[in-house]
Amino acid sequence: MKHALEIAVAAVIIILAAVFLAQNAGMQEASGEEAWGGADSEAAELIEASGYEPWIDPIWKPPSGEIESLLFAMQAAIGALVIGYFFGYWKGSRKAA
Amino acid sequence: MEGFLPGPWWQIWYVISLPFIIVGLHQLNRLVKTQRDTLPALAVAGAFVFVLSSLKLPSVTGSCSHPTGTGLSAILFGPCIAAVLGLIVLIYQALFLAHGGITTLGANVFSMGIAGPAAAYLIYRAGTRAGVNTYATVFLAAAAANIVTYIVTSVQLALAFPGTAGFLGAFQAFAAIFAITQVPLAIVEGAVIALVFKYIVTLKPDILTKLNLLSESAIERLREAAA
Repeated sequence: MKHALEIAVAAVIIILAAVFLAQNAGMQEASGEEAWGGADSEAAELIEASGYEPWIDPIWKPPSGEIESLLFAMQAAIGALVIGYFFGYWKGSRKAA
Repeated sequence: MEGFLPGPWWQIWYVISLPFIIVGLHQLNRLVKTQRDTLPALAVAGAFVFVLSSLKLPSVTGSCSHPTGTGLSAILFGPCIAAVLGLIVLIYQALFLAHGGITTLGANVFSMGIAGPAAAYLIYRAGTRAGVNTYATVFLAAAAANIVTYIVTSVQLALAFPGTAGFLGAFQAFAAIFAITQVPLAIVEGAVIALVFKYIVTLKPDILTKLNLLSESAIERLREAAA
């Protein structure tokens, strides 16, 4: 099978996406509190529940969720650019050889 | 999480991580001098940490978390160089995104840059020696890099915040938040990196032989299977 691995990876992603959709639909019905927050903020809540206060604040915080996703997207874009560039370069040099 | 590790823990993790970073920088220096033709693979491995750690994915526990993407660099270049790549990403996220933090950098470098990659590296070496299918080995190694990162994070938090439940009780509480959320993400991460490994085998197999990861005969077999 030439594309066995591709099919397996696609299957994994589709199954997990389906689980997410089904679970999300269930949560929407139950509604109430906000779902799909970060696991790290849950841990932070657990720690703060014990009375601990962070002893220092971040020097700079993204001023809004939009700015935060801009910076995350930029991080992903820089990475994707590098990956695409080199895979393209390798493919091109194989063809030329 | 800036400020979430009290002294002496944040200093301890800085001290533990530092030697790995120094060895990693030394290894990088040697790589740049003697094996320049592997540098594109280094860039790609670093880029994968960038891309994957920027994605917050929803998981079965109803919360979101990050893949780490460090498995590929650990397999290709070993855990010390992976630690340096992890450090770069962690600094980016700490400075620009208030994600992680400067005081917790030492602890984060240890979990994401050292412990996870070390697990990936050992699994890859053991799997290859035992003759397990290469892509299955890469899958397991990259998934382990992810899971181990968060298990170690839970250990680090439980050590700093044993609370009334003691270390084990606290570890269970943190692991319930992190490790279980991480299982599906680790599976996706392992699968994606196994696929990337296949493309490296197809397009640039000589890098793998140069880095002593696969013998030429092993690569020949993989390429025939994909033809």
